[in-house]
Amino acid sequence: MAKLHHFHGGLVLDGHKAESLTRGLRQASLPQKLILPLRQHIGDYNKPLVGVGQRVLKGETIAACSSLICAAVHASTSGIVSEISQFPVAHPSGQADTCVVIDVDGEDEAASADIVDPGTLAPDEMIQRICRAGIVGLGGAAFPTPPKLSRGKSHGVDTLIINGVECEPYITCDDMLMRNYAAEVIRGCGYLQKILTPRKTLIAIEDNKPEAISAMSQALAAHPLAAAEIIPVPTIYPAGGEKQLIQILTGKEVPHGNLAFDIGLLCQNVGTCAAITRALETGEPLISRIVTCSGDNVVEPGNWEIRLGTPISHLLELAGGYRHGDDAYLVMGGPMMGFALSGDNLPIVKSSNCILVMREETIPHSPGYHDECIRCGKCTEVCPARLLPQQLYWHARARAYERTQEYHLFECIECGCCSAVCPSQIPLVQYYRAAKSEIRAAQKAQFKADRARARFEFREHRLLVKKQRDEERRRLKREALQKKPAQAVDATTFADPVQAALERVRERKKAAQEETR
Amino acid sequence: MLLAILTISLMAGLFGLILGYASIRFRVEGNPIVDQIDALLPQTQCGQCTYAGCRPYAEAIANGEAPINQCPPGGQATIVALADLLDTEVLELNAELGEHLDVTLVAVIDEQTCIGCTLCIQACPVDAILGASKHMHTVIAAECTGCKLCLPPCPVDCIDMVPVQQTIDDWKWSNPLDQLQLVQDG
Repeated sequence: MAKLHHFHGGLVLDGHKAESLTRGLRQASLPQKLILPLRQHIGDYNKPLVGVGQRVLKGETIAACSSLICAAVHASTSGIVSEISQFPVAHPSGQADTCVVIDVDGEDEAASADIVDPGTLAPDEMIQRICRAGIVGLGGAAFPTPPKLSRGKSHGVDTLIINGVECEPYITCDDMLMRNYAAEVIRGCGYLQKILTPRKTLIAIEDNKPEAISAMSQALAAHPLAAAEIIPVPTIYPAGGEKQLIQILTGKEVPHGNLAFDIGLLCQNVGTCAAITRALETGEPLISRIVTCSGDNVVEPGNWEIRLGTPISHLLELAGGYRHGDDAYLVMGGPMMGFALSGDNLPIVKSSNCILVMREETIPHSPGYHDECIRCGKCTEVCPARLLPQQLYWHARARAYERTQEYHLFECIECGCCSAVCPSQIPLVQYYRAAKSEIRAAQKAQFKADRARARFEFREHRLLVKKQRDEERRRLKREALQKKPAQAVDATTFADPVQAALERVRERKKAAQEETR
Repeated sequence: MLLAILTISLMAGLFGLILGYASIRFRVEGNPIVDQIDALLPQTQCGQCTYAGCRPYAEAIANGEAPINQCPPGGQATIVALADLLDTEVLELNAELGEHLDVTLVAVIDEQTCIGCTLCIQACPVDAILGASKHMHTVIAAECTGCKLCLPPCPVDCIDMVPVQQTIDDWKWSNPLDQLQLVQDG
């Protein structure tokens, strides 16, 4: 086995994994109603393809890609579309987004899938099928998989990394997936190998998941892959971050401002591999995922394979409800990187790996103030991105956004290590997130201003050209008019036009008199 | 002595030729400072600065004809950026010309009332209104700068300026400092 490396900093956290692992994987029942946001990925909006009142079947596409960075949405079960409107979605803003609501009919009737032997498919056809299945990275970021694969394919991938690390406390959905669907994950790695033709494939699993490691090893033995190996990695948060995992496995650091492609690497989550296998072998699009429901305020923590669009309240019912009454604090994701939810009426989406149900009192709430930075430097020691959190904090606080960028603010992965160790309990990540939003907003405004400038200048140019053309036309007309009277004089015997007119009238009168006679 | 004078004059002549060539070969078209000022202006093209658009105002600033505090849409941030660029004093926004709004506005045409007179189309500095004579007009919201120049020419007052609805895409994380100040104020 290859020698493992270390990334800078990181934390050893209390795992809290056992709570949700004791009961095995359960299949969630169908809810009464599904709420499917039209956008469940990073990227552009989808175009809805269905109308209110229409019956849809399980696996039917209800929203199609509108651009390259996009992922289609499918009906997770059969039913009638009852509404397409704004509903609150799982987002840190707590805002609403366009959703398709399906009244579930309970028949779970599937749309006919076109199934071909994946072995006969060319890599580009495979990417097309993955695209049609609406697959996104299931590790949490929900970046559409097809553009990532196409780009990896064109860049050339030396090492394919399969991420089964799942380093955040409480979350066990990938662990459960590897225990139950190891064969699918391994076959998915095989398909990825066919698409990307990497020199080697590394399947990384944290060493606190021995069952997953043994299940995956057995599956790999049963379905051997070329140059693939399962590598247990030490349990240090955030080993599951893409750049951190790359560093552990290869010793390479992704340079600032670059992506993993640029150094010949590509990472995929184990869940994504299993979804790819399903899409290619059975034609089933991404309509369900495994979600962990855990925390100190839920009766029966566990993992459920659940249809996308299921309201969180349905999952909570399956988990036995709140243990301590309504005193609940819901988080999507883990305790380090997750975000608070505004309620339990929000739907499970492609990126929902965990619903954390905590008691209000166990959550370290921001008291609205924090102590001053004492420059202890602990944040710098734990930062896995090797940034200077303290400097970033000062500049973000002073709203000196240009300076934060000089300190590589956008390399921050928002893992929360710095906030966790800060003795003054400064919500550091919150400052960085605010600074990032401001910088992005300013960039957007600049982009819009540049467009407005271009349009304004084009309009000025257009008006100028029009004015010149009008003047030219007027000049030509004037010249033509000046020439015409001169010709008219030569043509007629009467020099005076008034005289000529009078003459004509006289002639007409004469003719009229002769007729009456 | 003579040799020294000759050498120096020869060198002077040579360098003069090089400089003369460079001034033709590397000539900068236009006034680069105008471009730099224009880049800092918000490009609403609203004319509140009393000039016929952002670029004319930038030219006026560059020629020293206008002070830097005449841009209400840009607000104090633009004034600070201009002062920084031109190394002048930061001024207060000239309140006579208008006030700075924190929200961005977008023009919306009430299509029921619109009579299709095309006057607003001619007034729009960024060609963001679409329509034809005696046909319904509409605003291309993504291109509208919120300059309000379409309001005065409209004979039936069917254009409203509405704040841009915040979406998930332009939502911002709040700065903990703002909450901090709220607590202190409260």
